[in-house]
Amino acid sequence: MKLKLSLEVLGLLCLAALIAVMPRLVSSFTAYEMATVGMYFIALLGLSILTGYSGQISLGHGAFMAIGGYTTAVLSVNGVYGHHIRDLWTIPIAGVVAGAAGLLVGIPALRLSGLYLALITFGIAVSFRQIPLKFDHFLGGTSGKVLSLLTTPFGLPTTPNNWIYYLTWGIAFVLLVIAWLFVRGKPGRTLKAIRDSEIAAASSGISLARYKTLAFAMSAFYAGVAGSLYAIARGFMNPDVFPIVLSVYLVAALALGGVDSFVGLIVGASAIYVLVNRTADVTRWIDHLPGVNLNPQRPGMPDVIFGAVLILVLIVLPTGVGGALRRLFGPLTTRLYSKS
Amino acid sequence: MYVAAFTWTEFAQQIAAGIRQGAVFAGLALALVIVYRSTRAINFAQGEMATFTTFICWSLMNNGLSFWEAFPIVLVLAFAGGVAIERTIIRPVENAPVITIVIVTLGLALLLNGLMSVIWGGGNRPFNGPFSTRTIDVGGVPVSVQDIGIVAVSFVLVALLAVFFRFTKLGLGLRAAALNRDSSELVGVRVGWMLAFGWGLAAVLGAVAGMMVAPILFLDPNMMQTILLYAFAAAVLGGLDSPVGAVVGGLLLGVAITLLGRYVGFIGDTLKLPTALLLILLVLLVKPNGLFGRVAVRRV
Repeated sequence: MKLKLSLEVLGLLCLAALIAVMPRLVSSFTAYEMATVGMYFIALLGLSILTGYSGQISLGHGAFMAIGGYTTAVLSVNGVYGHHIRDLWTIPIAGVVAGAAGLLVGIPALRLSGLYLALITFGIAVSFRQIPLKFDHFLGGTSGKVLSLLTTPFGLPTTPNNWIYYLTWGIAFVLLVIAWLFVRGKPGRTLKAIRDSEIAAASSGISLARYKTLAFAMSAFYAGVAGSLYAIARGFMNPDVFPIVLSVYLVAALALGGVDSFVGLIVGASAIYVLVNRTADVTRWIDHLPGVNLNPQRPGMPDVIFGAVLILVLIVLPTGVGGALRRLFGPLTTRLYSKS
Repeated sequence: MYVAAFTWTEFAQQIAAGIRQGAVFAGLALALVIVYRSTRAINFAQGEMATFTTFICWSLMNNGLSFWEAFPIVLVLAFAGGVAIERTIIRPVENAPVITIVIVTLGLALLLNGLMSVIWGGGNRPFNGPFSTRTIDVGGVPVSVQDIGIVAVSFVLVALLAVFFRFTKLGLGLRAAALNRDSSELVGVRVGWMLAFGWGLAAVLGAVAGMMVAPILFLDPNMMQTILLYAFAAAVLGGLDSPVGAVVGGLLLGVAITLLGRYVGFIGDTLKLPTALLLILLVLLVKPNGLFGRVAVRRV
């Protein structure tokens, strides 16, 4: 097992190096795009802890992202007693607020099995946008809140786009390491035991309530951080910044990529980025294919393709792309590990 | 917030509006319940399927058909579509965990939503319903013909369905397949086709709900998104496996949400949806099997 551990640490170090050099290799705009992918990656990471390790489903993580985004917007635009907080420092607060909301959802979730939890969290996704409309004096209603322009703080020698890239992927890396430590240690084993059999886990003395709500709060924290970063990068927050369908994309991307594969999560995050931020461009690309004639004003094709791929993947590869890769390369890595 | 003085006439009007809304919720909730009984999963694409069939109706009407000429064609297409969906994409994941089926239906919802946007374009458009919006006097209360028509169509449909389930051999087979799969198979019920038939029926119910609600809401690809949440609430309130519960739950929810929106200033129009969500949560925590559902006993 020592070899496996050292391989994983090596992988993390390689990732850190890759994150560090990437902005030197790509344009400033691409760095901004990659930052957005990183935000979805953070949210997916949280969701994968919830679904992959505790076996709970959430169709409402877009709402937790929105809670993070609104926390950042309120703290930096309205301020607290007139003190505007620099958006950078609102990120952890946004995570904690979203995590607290996750705790609130996680407690009733204890009594709800998979299907009912899916219903409730779907309800959260659909109805959350009514909250900023109701409290429009505080949260800005439909017209929303304008945050300060994305700038490089502390006079750092880099462009705003590279700054948001480093910030996002820096945080993503730290959260990845935390998630890694979390799932490979006792909490991860406990959650897996709960996922595989709640009854068996409870009779071995595991507190289901504590671990399941912990997983919910933790995944909501991740979503809140992601939402906060997203609001900072966009410089704007209203109910349409995190559309209802984002929650569906998150779950779908997780199913597509597989719940416990790092590469799968990156693929999933990129898919969400394309679906949320680049639909018009994708429609144009598809339009250029021979024999295809699409109206770019009707950007539904990416959804059609994504939906079809999702259904196909679930029918053909129930463990997602990540799981399939693992099965393909599984024999190879098992042999590697068994030599140690 | 200014709330107009209370009058009994207006109260009765609100109740009538609530029943009309409730009839639509009941239709979609019934569709969800039929699918739940056959597949043990919730079809998150039920709303999108309903909107899609409503768009077909809109297209037919644009091509010169009247509403009542298009109506049966749409129902047949909806039924065929429902059966085809069950046979092609639900069948392969039938024995997978519930979550997998849920995600497949979410994929279907995305696919259908995108398809509507590609074929008909986004944004909303008026939909000329079969009933006039003229109001007539019912016992001193002005009620629109449209409201009466919507409720009447929904009730005729539910009554037909009840007769079908209760008095036909096919209905008996459907009930048997939902109740006990293995035993039904042993006595020769073709369970696979029964499940597909259930999906077809659900699609028909959804289509009717969609065509009834479109004149009020305007037609757009996301039309049923919020109605679906109300239908979830109605189905959970009545008990997810009880068709009677879905109808009663739908009507109760329709009336309750309309009255709350009208007379509780804080809720108003904006907080109706979160209120429905809260209702689902309360029912699930206090009486998880709903008003009419069977109590689920789990073997440990």
